[in-house]
Amino acid sequence: MKAVITVVGKDRPGILAFVSGKCAAASINIVDVTQKVLQDLFTMIMIVEIPEDLRIPDVAASFGEDGKKEGLQIQVMQEDIFNAMHTI
Amino acid sequence: MWTNQSENIIETIRMIQEENLDIRTITMGISLLDCADSDIDRSCEKIYNKITTKAKDLVAVAKEIEGEYGIPIINQRITVTPISMLVSVSGGNPVKYAKTLDAAAKAVGASFIGGYSALCQKGMTPGDKALIESIPEALATTDIVCSSVNIGSTKAGINMDAVRMMGEVVVKTAELTKDNQCFGAAKLVVFCNAVEDNPFMAGGFHGVSEPDVVINTGVSGPGVVKEAVRSAGPHATMDEIAEIIKKTAFKVTRMGQLVGTEAARRLNVPFGIVDLSLAPTPAIGDSVARILEEIGIETCGGPGTTAALAMLNDAVKKGGVMASSSVGGLSGAFIPVSEDEGMIAAAESGVLTLEKLEAMTAVCSVGLDMIIIPGGTTAETISAIIADEAAIGMINTKTTACRLIPAIGRAAGEKLVFGGLLGEGPVMPVGKGSAEVMIHRGGRIPSPMNALKN
Repeated sequence: MKAVITVVGKDRPGILAFVSGKCAAASINIVDVTQKVLQDLFTMIMIVEIPEDLRIPDVAASFGEDGKKEGLQIQVMQEDIFNAMHTI
Repeated sequence: MWTNQSENIIETIRMIQEENLDIRTITMGISLLDCADSDIDRSCEKIYNKITTKAKDLVAVAKEIEGEYGIPIINQRITVTPISMLVSVSGGNPVKYAKTLDAAAKAVGASFIGGYSALCQKGMTPGDKALIESIPEALATTDIVCSSVNIGSTKAGINMDAVRMMGEVVVKTAELTKDNQCFGAAKLVVFCNAVEDNPFMAGGFHGVSEPDVVINTGVSGPGVVKEAVRSAGPHATMDEIAEIIKKTAFKVTRMGQLVGTEAARRLNVPFGIVDLSLAPTPAIGDSVARILEEIGIETCGGPGTTAALAMLNDAVKKGGVMASSSVGGLSGAFIPVSEDEGMIAAAESGVLTLEKLEAMTAVCSVGLDMIIIPGGTTAETISAIIADEAAIGMINTKTTACRLIPAIGRAAGEKLVFGGLLGEGPVMPVGKGSAEVMIHRGGRIPSPMNALKN
Protein backbone atom coordinates (compact mmCIF):
# COMPACT_ATOMS: atom_id res chain seq x y z
CA MET A 1 0.00 0.00 0.00
CA LYS A 2 1.41 3.37 -1.00
CA ALA A 3 1.68 6.11 1.60
CA VAL A 4 3.13 9.59 1.89
CA ILE A 5 5.44 10.52 4.76
CA THR A 6 5.94 14.23 5.33
CA VAL A 7 8.55 15.60 7.68
CA VAL A 8 8.86 19.17 8.87
CA GLY A 9 11.38 20.46 11.41
CA LYS A 10 14.33 22.76 12.09
CA ASP A 11 17.15 21.81 9.70
CA ARG A 12 20.13 19.88 11.11
CA PRO A 13 22.30 16.97 10.01
CA GLY A 14 20.79 13.49 10.26
CA ILE A 15 17.07 14.04 9.65
CA LEU A 16 16.97 12.06 6.41
CA ALA A 17 19.08 9.32 8.03
CA PHE A 18 16.74 9.21 11.02
CA VAL A 19 13.57 8.85 8.93
CA SER A 20 15.02 6.44 6.39
CA GLY A 21 16.48 4.41 9.27
CA LYS A 22 13.02 4.05 10.77
CA CYS A 23 11.66 3.02 7.35
CA ALA A 24 14.35 0.36 6.96
CA ALA A 25 13.70 -1.01 10.43
CA ALA A 26 10.00 -1.42 9.60
CA SER A 27 10.68 -2.89 6.11
CA ILE A 28 9.07 0.16 4.51
CA ASN A 29 10.40 0.64 0.98
CA ILE A 30 11.15 4.21 -0.08
CA VAL A 31 9.93 4.91 -3.63
CA ASP A 32 10.63 8.62 -3.96
CA VAL A 33 12.07 11.42 -1.85
CA THR A 34 11.89 15.18 -2.35
CA GLN A 35 13.20 17.67 0.14
CA LYS A 36 13.80 21.35 0.47
CA VAL A 37 15.18 23.71 3.11
CA LEU A 38 13.25 26.98 3.35
CA GLN A 39 15.24 29.46 5.45
CA ASP A 40 16.14 27.00 8.21
CA LEU A 41 13.00 24.86 7.96
CA PHE A 42 13.55 21.34 6.65
CA THR A 43 10.65 19.90 4.61
CA MET A 44 10.68 16.42 3.14
CA ILE A 45 8.13 14.30 1.31
CA MET A 46 8.64 10.57 0.89
CA ILE A 47 6.50 8.24 -1.17
CA VAL A 48 6.78 4.80 0.38
CA GLU A 49 5.46 1.28 -0.02
CA ILE A 50 4.13 -0.06 3.28
CA PRO A 51 4.18 -3.88 3.70
CA GLU A 52 0.79 -5.63 3.86
CA ASP A 53 1.20 -6.68 7.49
CA LEU A 54 1.52 -3.09 8.76
CA ARG A 55 -1.40 -0.73 9.38
CA ILE A 56 -0.98 2.94 8.44
CA PRO A 57 -2.45 4.26 11.73
CA ASP A 58 0.16 2.24 13.69
CA VAL A 59 2.99 3.44 11.45
CA ALA A 60 1.71 7.02 11.75
CA ALA A 61 1.61 6.80 15.55
CA SER A 62 5.11 5.33 15.80
CA PHE A 63 6.69 7.83 13.37
CA GLY A 64 4.77 10.70 14.94
CA GLU A 65 5.91 9.94 18.49
CA ASP A 66 9.54 9.22 17.65
CA GLY A 67 9.64 12.30 15.41
CA LYS A 68 8.38 14.46 18.23
CA LYS A 69 11.31 13.39 20.42
CA GLU A 70 13.63 14.57 17.63
CA GLY A 71 11.76 17.86 17.25
CA LEU A 72 10.18 16.80 13.95
CA GLN A 73 6.60 16.82 12.82
CA ILE A 74 6.02 13.57 10.89
CA GLN A 75 2.76 12.60 9.15
CA VAL A 76 2.00 9.31 7.46
CA MET A 77 -1.07 9.28 5.22
CA GLN A 78 -2.48 7.04 2.51
CA GLU A 79 -1.57 8.30 -0.95
CA ASP A 80 -5.18 8.18 -2.30
CA ILE A 81 -6.20 11.36 -0.52
CA PHE A 82 -3.70 13.49 -2.46
CA ASN A 83 -4.67 11.92 -5.78
CA ALA A 84 -8.36 12.46 -5.07
CA MET A 85 -7.98 16.09 -4.09
CA HIS A 86 -5.70 17.31 -6.84
CA THR A 87 -6.61 15.34 -9.95
CA ILE A 88 -9.84 14.97 -11.88
CA MET B 1 13.33 18.02 -7.17
CA TRP B 2 10.34 19.88 -5.80
CA THR B 3 7.49 18.82 -8.05
CA ASN B 4 3.87 19.81 -8.52
CA GLN B 5 2.96 16.69 -6.58
CA SER B 6 5.04 17.91 -3.66
CA GLU B 7 3.22 21.25 -3.72
CA ASN B 8 -0.11 19.42 -3.68
CA ILE B 9 0.90 17.28 -0.74
CA ILE B 10 2.06 20.29 1.26
CA GLU B 11 -1.15 22.12 0.38
CA THR B 12 -3.33 19.27 1.63
CA ILE B 13 -1.40 18.98 4.88
CA ARG B 14 -1.57 22.73 5.44
CA MET B 15 -5.34 22.67 4.88
CA ILE B 16 -5.76 19.95 7.51
CA GLN B 17 -3.32 21.23 10.11
CA GLU B 18 -3.64 24.98 9.88
CA GLU B 19 -6.96 25.69 8.21
CA ASN B 20 -9.21 23.22 10.05
CA LEU B 21 -10.13 21.15 7.01
CA ASP B 22 -12.07 18.11 8.17
CA ILE B 23 -14.88 15.74 7.43
CA ARG B 24 -17.62 17.21 9.60
CA THR B 25 -19.73 14.10 9.64
CA ILE B 26 -20.21 10.60 8.34
CA THR B 27 -23.92 10.01 8.70
CA MET B 28 -25.62 6.66 8.32
CA GLY B 29 -29.22 6.89 7.17
CA ILE B 30 -31.35 3.97 8.33
CA SER B 31 -34.90 3.28 7.22
CA LEU B 32 -37.20 2.26 10.07
CA LEU B 33 -40.22 1.49 7.87
CA ASP B 34 -39.73 -2.25 8.45
CA CYS B 35 -39.80 -1.65 12.23
CA ALA B 36 -43.35 -0.27 12.27
CA ASP B 37 -45.61 -2.33 14.51
CA SER B 38 -49.08 -1.72 15.92
CA ASP B 39 -47.59 -2.37 19.38
CA ILE B 40 -45.34 0.58 20.32
CA ASP B 41 -43.08 -1.46 22.62
CA ARG B 42 -42.53 -4.05 19.91
CA SER B 43 -41.83 -1.22 17.45
CA CYS B 44 -39.22 0.31 19.78
CA GLU B 45 -37.55 -3.05 20.26
CA LYS B 46 -37.23 -3.54 16.49
CA ILE B 47 -35.82 -0.02 16.12
CA TYR B 48 -33.21 -0.57 18.81
CA ASN B 49 -32.14 -3.84 17.23
CA LYS B 50 -31.97 -2.45 13.70
CA ILE B 51 -29.92 0.63 14.65
CA THR B 52 -27.49 -1.26 16.87
CA THR B 53 -27.00 -3.89 14.13
CA LYS B 54 -26.63 -1.62 11.10
CA ALA B 55 -24.54 1.07 12.79
CA LYS B 56 -22.45 -1.11 15.09
CA ASP B 57 -19.23 -0.52 13.11
CA LEU B 58 -19.90 3.11 12.12
CA VAL B 59 -17.63 4.72 14.71
CA ALA B 60 -14.86 2.11 14.37
CA VAL B 61 -14.75 2.50 10.58
CA ALA B 62 -14.63 6.29 10.85
CA LYS B 63 -11.70 6.07 13.29
CA GLU B 64 -9.94 3.61 10.97
CA ILE B 65 -10.28 5.94 7.96
CA GLU B 66 -9.21 8.91 10.04
CA GLY B 67 -6.02 7.07 11.01
CA GLU B 68 -5.19 5.91 7.50
CA TYR B 69 -5.86 9.12 5.61
CA GLY B 70 -4.83 11.52 8.34
CA ILE B 71 -8.02 13.52 7.91
CA PRO B 72 -10.05 14.32 11.04
CA ILE B 73 -13.62 12.95 11.01
CA ILE B 74 -15.41 14.94 13.68
CA ASN B 75 -18.81 13.30 14.01
CA GLN B 76 -20.49 9.98 13.35
CA ARG B 77 -24.22 10.41 13.20
CA ILE B 78 -27.37 8.51 12.38
CA THR B 79 -30.55 9.64 10.63
CA VAL B 80 -33.78 7.64 10.63
CA THR B 81 -37.18 7.64 8.94
CA PRO B 82 -39.43 10.42 10.31
CA ILE B 83 -40.76 8.92 13.53
CA SER B 84 -44.25 10.39 13.01
CA MET B 85 -44.83 7.61 10.46
CA LEU B 86 -44.19 4.97 13.08
CA VAL B 87 -46.37 6.85 15.55
CA SER B 88 -49.17 6.74 12.97
CA VAL B 89 -48.96 2.94 12.96
CA SER B 90 -48.44 2.27 16.66
CA GLY B 91 -50.15 5.13 18.48
CA GLY B 92 -49.02 5.48 22.11
CA ASN B 93 -46.65 8.02 23.63
CA PRO B 94 -44.09 9.10 20.98
CA VAL B 95 -41.52 9.95 23.68
CA LYS B 96 -40.90 6.19 23.93
CA TYR B 97 -39.44 6.37 20.44
CA ALA B 98 -37.19 9.30 21.38
CA LYS B 99 -35.79 7.37 24.34
CA THR B 100 -35.22 4.31 22.14
CA LEU B 101 -33.34 6.39 19.55
CA ASP B 102 -31.24 7.99 22.30
CA ALA B 103 -30.30 4.63 23.80
CA ALA B 104 -29.55 2.98 20.43
CA ALA B 105 -27.39 5.87 19.20
CA LYS B 106 -25.45 5.94 22.47
CA ALA B 107 -24.96 2.16 22.31
CA VAL B 108 -23.10 2.50 18.99
CA GLY B 109 -21.22 5.66 20.04
CA ALA B 110 -22.91 8.09 17.61
CA SER B 111 -22.78 11.78 18.53
CA PHE B 112 -26.31 12.66 17.35
CA ILE B 113 -29.35 10.90 15.92
CA GLY B 114 -31.85 12.81 13.79
CA GLY B 115 -35.31 11.89 12.61
CA TYR B 116 -37.65 12.65 15.49
CA SER B 117 -39.50 14.36 12.70
CA ALA B 118 -42.79 15.01 10.97
CA LEU B 119 -43.44 16.12 7.40
CA CYS B 120 -46.65 18.09 7.40
CA GLN B 121 -46.24 20.78 4.75
CA LYS B 122 -49.76 20.18 3.45
CA GLY B 123 -51.61 18.54 6.29
CA MET B 124 -51.19 16.63 9.50
CA THR B 125 -51.92 12.98 10.27
CA PRO B 126 -52.77 12.04 13.88
CA GLY B 127 -49.21 10.64 14.06
CA ASP B 128 -47.70 13.97 12.97
CA LYS B 129 -49.79 15.86 15.51
CA ALA B 130 -48.91 13.53 18.37
CA LEU B 131 -45.22 13.70 17.50
CA ILE B 132 -45.16 17.50 17.29
CA GLU B 133 -46.91 17.82 20.65
CA SER B 134 -44.37 15.45 22.22
CA ILE B 135 -41.26 17.29 20.96
CA PRO B 136 -40.63 19.43 24.10
CA GLU B 137 -40.69 16.43 26.42
CA ALA B 138 -38.75 14.25 23.96
CA LEU B 139 -35.92 16.77 23.65
CA ALA B 140 -35.85 17.51 27.39
CA THR B 141 -35.63 13.84 28.38
CA THR B 142 -33.04 12.70 25.83
CA ASP B 143 -29.49 13.86 25.16
CA ILE B 144 -28.59 13.30 21.51
CA VAL B 145 -31.93 13.05 19.70
CA CYS B 146 -32.59 15.79 17.15
CA SER B 147 -35.99 16.81 15.89
CA SER B 148 -37.21 18.53 12.74
CA VAL B 149 -40.59 19.42 11.31
CA ASN B 150 -41.25 20.38 7.70
CA ILE B 151 -44.06 22.92 7.63
CA GLY B 152 -43.88 24.15 4.05
CA SER B 153 -42.70 23.47 0.52
CA THR B 154 -42.80 25.09 -2.89
CA LYS B 155 -45.14 22.32 -4.08
CA ALA B 156 -47.53 22.36 -1.13
CA GLY B 157 -47.41 25.90 0.26
CA ILE B 158 -47.15 26.62 3.99
CA ASN B 159 -49.19 24.77 6.60
CA MET B 160 -50.07 27.66 8.93
CA ASP B 161 -51.64 25.36 11.54
CA ALA B 162 -48.30 23.61 11.84
CA VAL B 163 -46.53 27.00 11.91
CA ARG B 164 -48.68 28.07 14.86
CA MET B 165 -48.00 24.82 16.71
CA MET B 166 -44.25 25.06 16.13
CA GLY B 167 -44.04 28.52 17.73
CA GLU B 168 -45.50 27.02 20.89
CA VAL B 169 -43.29 23.94 20.65
CA VAL B 170 -40.12 26.05 20.38
CA VAL B 171 -41.05 28.06 23.50
CA LYS B 172 -42.03 24.98 25.50
CA THR B 173 -38.86 23.11 24.49
CA ALA B 174 -36.73 26.02 25.70
CA GLU B 175 -38.73 26.26 28.93
CA LEU B 176 -38.34 22.57 29.74
CA THR B 177 -34.56 22.84 29.29
CA LYS B 178 -34.11 26.30 30.86
CA ASP B 179 -31.78 24.92 33.54
CA ASN B 180 -29.54 23.65 30.75
CA GLN B 181 -29.10 26.83 28.64
CA CYS B 182 -32.45 26.13 26.89
CA PHE B 183 -30.46 23.50 25.00
CA GLY B 184 -33.54 21.56 23.83
CA ALA B 185 -34.39 24.25 21.27
CA ALA B 186 -30.90 23.90 19.73
CA LYS B 187 -31.87 20.36 18.72
CA LEU B 188 -35.05 21.43 16.89
CA VAL B 189 -35.31 22.70 13.31
CA VAL B 190 -38.43 23.92 11.50
CA PHE B 191 -38.05 23.51 7.74
CA CYS B 192 -39.52 24.62 4.45
CA ASN B 193 -38.43 22.37 1.54
CA ALA B 194 -36.55 19.97 3.85
CA VAL B 195 -34.14 17.64 2.04
CA GLU B 196 -34.20 13.87 2.55
CA ASP B 197 -30.46 13.19 2.52
CA ASN B 198 -29.10 15.88 4.84
CA PRO B 199 -26.18 14.50 6.88
CA PHE B 200 -26.01 17.56 9.16
CA MET B 201 -27.78 18.06 12.49
CA ALA B 202 -30.15 19.03 13.92
CA GLY B 203 -32.18 18.86 10.70
CA GLY B 204 -31.11 15.49 9.33
CA PHE B 205 -33.61 12.69 8.77
CA HIS B 206 -33.72 9.67 6.46
CA GLY B 207 -36.31 10.36 3.77
CA VAL B 208 -38.83 7.75 2.64
CA SER B 209 -37.42 7.67 -0.90
CA GLU B 210 -33.98 6.69 0.40
CA PRO B 211 -32.58 3.13 0.41
CA ASP B 212 -32.72 0.86 3.48
CA VAL B 213 -29.29 1.98 4.70
CA VAL B 214 -27.01 4.64 3.19
CA ILE B 215 -23.84 6.58 4.02
CA ASN B 216 -23.79 10.36 3.48
CA THR B 217 -20.90 12.65 4.28
CA GLY B 218 -20.69 16.31 5.15
CA VAL B 219 -17.43 18.15 4.59
CA SER B 220 -16.35 21.42 6.06
CA GLY B 221 -13.72 23.98 5.28
CA PRO B 222 -14.48 27.67 5.93
CA GLY B 223 -10.86 28.13 7.07
CA VAL B 224 -9.52 26.76 3.79
CA VAL B 225 -11.74 29.07 1.73
CA LYS B 226 -10.85 32.10 3.84
CA GLU B 227 -7.14 31.43 3.44
CA ALA B 228 -7.52 31.00 -0.34
CA VAL B 229 -9.39 34.32 -0.57
CA ARG B 230 -6.79 36.03 1.62
CA SER B 231 -3.91 34.85 -0.55
CA ALA B 232 -5.59 36.40 -3.60
CA GLY B 233 -5.05 39.82 -2.03
CA PRO B 234 -7.32 42.87 -1.96
CA HIS B 235 -7.05 43.67 -5.66
CA ALA B 236 -8.49 40.47 -7.14
CA THR B 237 -11.83 41.08 -8.88
CA MET B 238 -15.00 39.39 -7.65
CA ASP B 239 -15.00 36.91 -10.53
CA GLU B 240 -11.41 36.00 -9.70
CA ILE B 241 -12.44 35.45 -6.06
CA ALA B 242 -15.37 33.29 -7.22
CA GLU B 243 -12.95 31.19 -9.28
CA ILE B 244 -10.65 30.69 -6.29
CA ILE B 245 -13.54 29.62 -4.06
CA LYS B 246 -14.73 27.20 -6.76
CA LYS B 247 -11.34 25.53 -7.00
CA THR B 248 -11.07 25.24 -3.23
CA ALA B 249 -14.57 23.77 -2.94
CA PHE B 250 -13.59 21.24 -5.60
CA LYS B 251 -10.66 19.96 -3.54
CA VAL B 252 -12.64 19.81 -0.32
CA THR B 253 -15.49 17.92 -2.00
CA ARG B 254 -13.11 15.40 -3.57
CA MET B 255 -11.91 14.55 -0.12
CA GLY B 256 -15.49 14.13 1.13
CA GLN B 257 -16.28 11.87 -1.80
CA LEU B 258 -13.19 9.73 -1.15
CA VAL B 259 -13.92 9.32 2.56
CA GLY B 260 -17.65 8.72 1.97
CA THR B 261 -17.19 6.03 -0.67
CA GLU B 262 -14.47 4.39 1.41
CA ALA B 263 -16.68 4.36 4.53
CA ALA B 264 -19.60 2.97 2.53
CA ARG B 265 -17.41 0.23 1.05
CA ARG B 266 -16.09 -0.82 4.45
CA LEU B 267 -19.55 -0.79 6.02
CA ASN B 268 -20.95 -2.61 3.00
CA VAL B 269 -23.81 -0.16 2.37
CA PRO B 270 -24.44 2.11 -0.63
CA PHE B 271 -22.88 5.56 -0.76
CA GLY B 272 -25.44 8.35 -0.92
CA ILE B 273 -24.20 11.93 -1.23
CA VAL B 274 -21.55 14.43 -0.28
CA ASP B 275 -23.00 17.54 1.29
CA LEU B 276 -20.44 20.21 0.50
CA SER B 277 -21.68 22.74 2.98
CA LEU B 278 -19.25 25.20 4.49
CA ALA B 279 -20.07 24.37 8.10
CA PRO B 280 -18.40 26.69 10.60
CA THR B 281 -17.42 25.95 14.20
CA PRO B 282 -16.76 28.36 17.07
CA ALA B 283 -13.00 27.74 16.64
CA ILE B 284 -10.88 30.64 15.39
CA GLY B 285 -10.18 30.15 11.68
CA ASP B 286 -13.31 28.10 11.00
CA SER B 287 -15.81 30.86 10.32
CA VAL B 288 -18.05 31.68 7.33
CA ALA B 289 -18.44 35.28 8.58
CA ARG B 290 -14.67 35.75 8.34
CA ILE B 291 -14.75 34.65 4.67
CA LEU B 292 -17.28 37.39 3.93
CA GLU B 293 -15.06 39.86 5.80
CA GLU B 294 -12.04 38.64 3.83
CA ILE B 295 -13.97 39.32 0.62
CA GLY B 296 -14.24 42.90 1.78
CA ILE B 297 -17.12 43.46 4.19
CA GLU B 298 -15.81 45.26 7.27
CA THR B 299 -18.15 43.44 9.65
CA CYS B 300 -20.44 40.56 8.66
CA GLY B 301 -24.00 41.87 8.55
CA GLY B 302 -23.06 45.27 7.14
CA PRO B 303 -24.12 46.48 3.67
CA GLY B 304 -22.76 44.17 0.96
CA THR B 305 -23.01 41.03 3.09
CA THR B 306 -25.87 39.52 1.09
CA ALA B 307 -24.06 40.00 -2.23
CA ALA B 308 -20.83 38.48 -0.91
CA LEU B 309 -22.74 35.54 0.58
CA ALA B 310 -24.66 34.93 -2.67
CA MET B 311 -21.38 34.71 -4.58
CA LEU B 312 -19.80 32.45 -1.94
CA ASN B 313 -22.78 30.09 -1.81
CA ASP B 314 -22.93 29.76 -5.59
CA ALA B 315 -19.17 29.29 -6.06
CA VAL B 316 -19.12 26.56 -3.41
CA LYS B 317 -21.87 24.69 -5.27
CA LYS B 318 -20.16 25.03 -8.65
CA GLY B 319 -16.84 23.69 -7.37
CA GLY B 320 -18.57 20.84 -5.59
CA VAL B 321 -20.68 19.77 -8.54
CA MET B 322 -17.56 19.42 -10.67
CA ALA B 323 -15.93 17.28 -7.97
CA SER B 324 -18.63 14.75 -7.31
CA SER B 325 -21.52 13.23 -9.21
CA SER B 326 -23.39 12.70 -5.94
CA VAL B 327 -23.75 16.14 -4.46
CA GLY B 328 -26.80 16.43 -2.23
CA GLY B 329 -28.04 17.50 1.16
CA LEU B 330 -28.00 21.24 1.69
CA SER B 331 -24.69 22.07 -0.04
CA GLY B 332 -23.75 25.72 0.29
CA ALA B 333 -22.75 28.06 3.09
CA PHE B 334 -24.31 27.67 6.53
CA ILE B 335 -24.74 30.85 8.56
CA PRO B 336 -25.44 29.71 12.12
CA VAL B 337 -24.77 32.48 14.63
CA SER B 338 -23.68 30.70 17.82
CA GLU B 339 -21.59 28.14 15.91
CA ASP B 340 -19.47 30.70 14.07
CA GLU B 341 -16.85 32.80 15.84
CA GLY B 342 -17.13 35.66 13.32
CA MET B 343 -20.95 35.68 13.44
CA ILE B 344 -20.88 35.79 17.25
CA ALA B 345 -18.54 38.80 17.14
CA ALA B 346 -20.67 40.52 14.49
CA ALA B 347 -23.87 39.92 16.50
CA GLU B 348 -22.24 41.18 19.70
CA SER B 349 -21.12 44.34 17.93
CA GLY B 350 -24.73 44.96 16.85
CA VAL B 351 -23.91 45.04 13.11
CA LEU B 352 -25.44 41.61 12.45
CA THR B 353 -29.16 41.71 13.18
CA LEU B 354 -32.02 39.24 12.86
CA GLU B 355 -33.44 41.22 9.94
CA LYS B 356 -30.14 41.14 8.04
CA LEU B 357 -29.82 37.44 8.74
CA GLU B 358 -33.27 36.94 7.23
CA ALA B 359 -32.12 38.65 4.04
CA MET B 360 -28.98 36.52 4.00
CA THR B 361 -31.08 33.34 4.20
CA ALA B 362 -32.52 34.13 0.77
CA VAL B 363 -29.08 33.40 -0.70
CA CYS B 364 -27.41 31.00 1.79
CA SER B 365 -27.91 27.25 1.88
CA VAL B 366 -30.38 27.07 4.77
CA GLY B 367 -31.87 29.63 7.10
CA LEU B 368 -32.07 31.35 10.50
CA ASP B 369 -29.79 29.03 12.38
CA MET B 370 -28.75 28.94 16.05
CA ILE B 371 -30.13 32.37 16.80
CA ILE B 372 -30.75 33.18 20.44
CA ILE B 373 -33.79 35.39 21.00
CA PRO B 374 -35.14 37.04 24.18
CA GLY B 375 -36.94 34.72 26.60
CA GLY B 376 -40.07 36.83 26.62
CA THR B 377 -40.68 36.44 22.85
CA THR B 378 -44.23 35.16 22.36
CA ALA B 379 -45.04 31.89 20.60
CA GLU B 380 -46.95 33.89 17.98
CA THR B 381 -43.92 36.03 17.19
CA ILE B 382 -41.76 32.91 16.80
CA SER B 383 -44.44 31.41 14.53
CA ALA B 384 -44.39 34.61 12.48
CA ILE B 385 -40.60 34.46 12.08
CA ILE B 386 -40.97 30.82 11.01
CA ALA B 387 -43.63 31.82 8.47
CA ASP B 388 -41.44 34.61 7.05
CA GLU B 389 -38.54 32.23 6.68
CA ALA B 390 -40.71 29.53 5.10
CA ALA B 391 -42.09 32.08 2.64
CA ILE B 392 -38.56 32.86 1.43
CA GLY B 393 -37.95 29.15 0.87
CA MET B 394 -41.30 28.51 -0.77
CA ILE B 395 -41.02 31.32 -3.30
CA ASN B 396 -37.33 30.79 -4.08
CA THR B 397 -37.60 26.99 -4.34
CA LYS B 398 -34.87 26.52 -1.76
CA THR B 399 -34.53 25.01 1.68
CA THR B 400 -35.02 27.43 4.53
CA ALA B 401 -35.20 26.69 8.22
CA CYS B 402 -35.46 28.18 11.68
CA ARG B 403 -33.47 27.04 14.68
CA LEU B 404 -34.36 29.72 17.21
CA ILE B 405 -33.48 29.41 20.88
CA PRO B 406 -35.58 31.50 23.26
CA ALA B 407 -33.31 32.30 26.21
CA ILE B 408 -35.82 31.83 29.02
CA GLY B 409 -35.36 34.45 31.75
CA ARG B 410 -32.84 36.43 29.69
CA ALA B 411 -33.14 39.64 27.68
CA ALA B 412 -31.27 41.11 24.69
CA GLY B 413 -27.60 41.67 25.52
CA GLU B 414 -27.24 38.64 27.81
CA LYS B 415 -25.93 35.33 26.44
CA LEU B 416 -26.31 31.55 26.32
CA VAL B 417 -23.37 29.15 26.31
CA PHE B 418 -23.92 25.68 24.80
CA GLY B 419 -20.29 24.59 24.47
CA GLY B 420 -18.73 22.30 21.90
CA LEU B 421 -19.65 22.70 18.23
CA LEU B 422 -22.89 24.51 19.17
CA GLY B 423 -20.91 27.39 20.66
CA GLU B 424 -22.39 30.40 22.41
CA GLY B 425 -24.02 33.65 21.47
CA PRO B 426 -25.67 36.88 22.53
CA VAL B 427 -29.44 37.20 22.89
CA MET B 428 -30.47 39.12 19.75
CA PRO B 429 -33.40 41.53 19.74
CA VAL B 430 -36.53 40.61 17.75
CA GLY B 431 -38.48 43.11 15.64
CA LYS B 432 -41.44 44.83 17.31
CA GLY B 433 -45.12 44.48 16.44
CA SER B 434 -47.51 41.56 16.76
CA ALA B 435 -48.60 39.01 14.13
CA GLU B 436 -51.04 37.35 16.50
CA VAL B 437 -54.09 37.77 14.28
CA MET B 438 -52.43 36.25 11.21
CA ILE B 439 -50.94 33.34 13.14
CA HIS B 440 -54.32 32.46 14.71
CA ARG B 441 -56.02 32.42 11.32
CA GLY B 442 -54.42 29.02 10.67
CA GLY B 443 -55.13 27.23 7.40
CA ARG B 444 -52.64 27.13 4.58
CA ILE B 445 -50.76 29.58 2.39
CA PRO B 446 -51.45 28.10 -1.08
CA SER B 447 -48.54 26.88 -3.15
CA PRO B 448 -47.12 29.63 -5.36
CA MET B 449 -47.29 29.95 -9.15
CA ASN B 450 -43.76 28.64 -9.52
CA ALA B 451 -44.95 25.27 -8.14
CA LEU B 452 -46.95 24.74 -11.33
CA LYS B 453 -44.16 23.54 -13.55
CA ASN B 454 -45.71 20.49 -15.21
